[in-house]
Amino acid sequence: MAEVAARELPESIKPPDLIQGGEDFTSITNTVARVAEYKPPKGWYIAFGIAVSVLGVLLAMLGYLFWKGVGIWGNNQPVAWGWPIVNFVFWVGIGHAGTLISAVLFLFRQQWRTSINRFAEAMTIFAVMCAGLFPAIHVGRPWLAYWLFPIPNQMRMWPNFRSPLLWDVFAVSTYATVSLLFWYMGMVPDLATLRDRATKKLPRLLYGVFALGWTGSNRAWHRFERAYLLLAALATPLVLSVHSVVSFDFAVAQLPGWHTTIFPPYFVAGAIFSGFAMVITLMVPARQFFGLKNLVTMRHLENMCKVIMATGMMVGYAYGVEFFIAWYSGNKYEGFVFINRALGNYAWAYWTMVTCNVLLPQVFWFRKMRRNLVVMFVIAAFVNVGMWFERFVITVTSTSRDFLPSSWHYFTPTLFDAVILLGSFGLFFTFFLLFCRFLPTVAMAEVKTVLPEAHPGHHHQPAEVER
Amino acid sequence: MSAEPRLYGVLAEFEDVDSLVAAARKVREAGYTRFDAHTPFPVHGLDDAMGVQPTILPWIVLLCGLIGLGGGFLLQWWTNAVDYPFVISGKPLFGLPGAVPVAYELTILLASFGAFFGMLALNGLPKWYHPLFRVARFSRATSDRFYLVIQGSDPFFSPATPEWLASLGASAVETVPEPDEPDTPPRWFKGLTWIVTSLALLPPAMIAKARFSEMQHPRVHLVKNMDFQKKFKAQQASPLFADGRAMRPDPAGTVARGDLDPTSTLATGRNPDGSYATAYPLAVDQALIERGRERFAIYCATCHGLDGRGDSMVARRALLRQGQQGTNWVPPADLTGEAVAAQPPGRIFETISRGRNTMPGYSQQIRPRDRWAIALYLEALRQAQAGLDAPGDKDNQEEAGR
Repeated sequence: MAEVAARELPESIKPPDLIQGGEDFTSITNTVARVAEYKPPKGWYIAFGIAVSVLGVLLAMLGYLFWKGVGIWGNNQPVAWGWPIVNFVFWVGIGHAGTLISAVLFLFRQQWRTSINRFAEAMTIFAVMCAGLFPAIHVGRPWLAYWLFPIPNQMRMWPNFRSPLLWDVFAVSTYATVSLLFWYMGMVPDLATLRDRATKKLPRLLYGVFALGWTGSNRAWHRFERAYLLLAALATPLVLSVHSVVSFDFAVAQLPGWHTTIFPPYFVAGAIFSGFAMVITLMVPARQFFGLKNLVTMRHLENMCKVIMATGMMVGYAYGVEFFIAWYSGNKYEGFVFINRALGNYAWAYWTMVTCNVLLPQVFWFRKMRRNLVVMFVIAAFVNVGMWFERFVITVTSTSRDFLPSSWHYFTPTLFDAVILLGSFGLFFTFFLLFCRFLPTVAMAEVKTVLPEAHPGHHHQPAEVER
Repeated sequence: MSAEPRLYGVLAEFEDVDSLVAAARKVREAGYTRFDAHTPFPVHGLDDAMGVQPTILPWIVLLCGLIGLGGGFLLQWWTNAVDYPFVISGKPLFGLPGAVPVAYELTILLASFGAFFGMLALNGLPKWYHPLFRVARFSRATSDRFYLVIQGSDPFFSPATPEWLASLGASAVETVPEPDEPDTPPRWFKGLTWIVTSLALLPPAMIAKARFSEMQHPRVHLVKNMDFQKKFKAQQASPLFADGRAMRPDPAGTVARGDLDPTSTLATGRNPDGSYATAYPLAVDQALIERGRERFAIYCATCHGLDGRGDSMVARRALLRQGQQGTNWVPPADLTGEAVAAQPPGRIFETISRGRNTMPGYSQQIRPRDRWAIALYLEALRQAQAGLDAPGDKDNQEEAGR
């Protein structure tokens, strides 16, 4: 069916090739491997220097936090979950695009993913690292954070498995582990490429160790492909479950504005939305710096802009439905919370969120905007900001106006809140820049499979859809 | 085979996918079994041409997933409902819906381990060395060339095999010797591996040791703010209030709950003339002693001990730490001793109500009737330990009411 349809497409509306610029197997290897083999451009050193400095600030702040305690933050009653939880949900959300691009698009045979999946997966790993940091430091005594895990301990106590907070521990740590396996396993053949090209002893040894002795044997490829498919099939429900479980942290609590059944799908859509925005934020400069324009083409970026617009409207729909349900339920506390959200003490945050997440992405209706690098970079940055504010609005507005008006309180963050959030970007970018420098940023083996000459008898029939 | 010069096999290089697949099909049809293709990416149609059987990996993944699912439910049921049952917000100790998320995540986690480690194990990875790594041209197998290798150990292998392979459209053919000595990791790398492995074993070893030994000292706290909290304890002086006391007396004119007549003997333990009551201002019976025993166990026994001799766990631990970190522990009184025995019930009552020495007053926590019950129980306890009959016994009613 697909083949017939493809053959009948008139030339004018046929989608352009995924890989452009007449690249072949050799040139793909050269383009990608060169990034890891030669000294990076000067811009990389500047960026890395900044990132490491910010990471250093983060470590110093964490040291002070451990010494002094969580009182240095703005968290207090009734807003006991302040920026740390906002930042946690923010980073975990960003971490969703990687596995989504890798796994979900893989299962749907969306071959355009091959150029960006490695990049997005790496982003996932580092975003989940940042996400994991925040609950760990938010527990107050991080050296006792192992109490969260069912480890036999000196108190002979076990964690409470009926709490969504514990589900979260399992969901996020499973997500981090499976994402890491998925990322690393996909990278093994490419590490073997770097190993075989390495001319110096030490890179050859290190790439060799991590390539695990891969020879490209077809019998190994057979099992590798099956394992990759299985991991994708396992990671897809995992992606959906992780942010659903994160939303349970709120939805299972009986607080107006949190206790709603729309939260799991709403959070998942928001996660995909923010994750794709972050991929664009990173991809646009990276393809420029590292000369990957033929592999990451305008078509890839345009597709991502479409995903951003679609998920942005899903998020906007969720914002609307929340208000509808608040009115339709007839629950006056629920009603109050939402009127307060839009018109109350945090109205500025609410409307920042709506502007960034719902209104601005609408420019992607226009093809010209979807293909303009500056526009997409700016919009993606706004989406990142808007999604941070979404988590802020959810976390803070409901708690700052709780059931007892005498305890109402306007949450004000401290300098430490801000510096630790900034520092988490240092953590993220330090690892990300190291990844760009030393590892294959594009899945070479996978990109080669979408070239027409990767398929036996390719000149007789159009490229197969199957990988 | 062993008498011949050591030969790993013969390697043929192909320029494109089509010729590789065609050659692989011919090699298989010729009866070879020990051969493999090496390609930079998975080539479709090659499995079919080579006759590669479907892998058993999916079954491994299914098995691991089921272990994760069952293990997840068992873990939650055993820890929360069996080994350490505790009720949270009236929820059942184990409920299926609440256990789903964790079991779900563990299913995926273990299945993923199965997929990753199962793939590596079936492929015989990780591997330090392969004879093909010594062939210079083979380095393009991970970039842009396609290779077919027939092993020398194949039963069909003959000296004519290389020539025959060349006729299948190969751009180059080369025999691969089996080196006498396989490549090994450099010595420093081996040493490093040993050191890292030994260091990694240290924490589990320390945990195991901690698990099977008793600690003689309290745990080391890096941050001491729980050990030395800024607060006032019972009967301490405080500059905050005009009377210099940290414990606050009841504000004038207020009445504690259930304390309607604050001047009665029942509420003060004193007779109208100010002397301590020597009789109990309520009916003494077995029920009152039982009530006293229960309250005593709740409020008093933590320090004074269940037998009233002041030998509780709290007191013992405090004595162990005596003098450490500036502690100055006053041991709790022996309630069965002479000093307390000489006190009339009214005075015992007053001590419970207002506290004495370092002991805080309990009038906020224990109702007057229960304070009398505790005083009565103390008397019973003392007599029981001295081998006398309890004051609540019928025969001794008179004596007890003295």
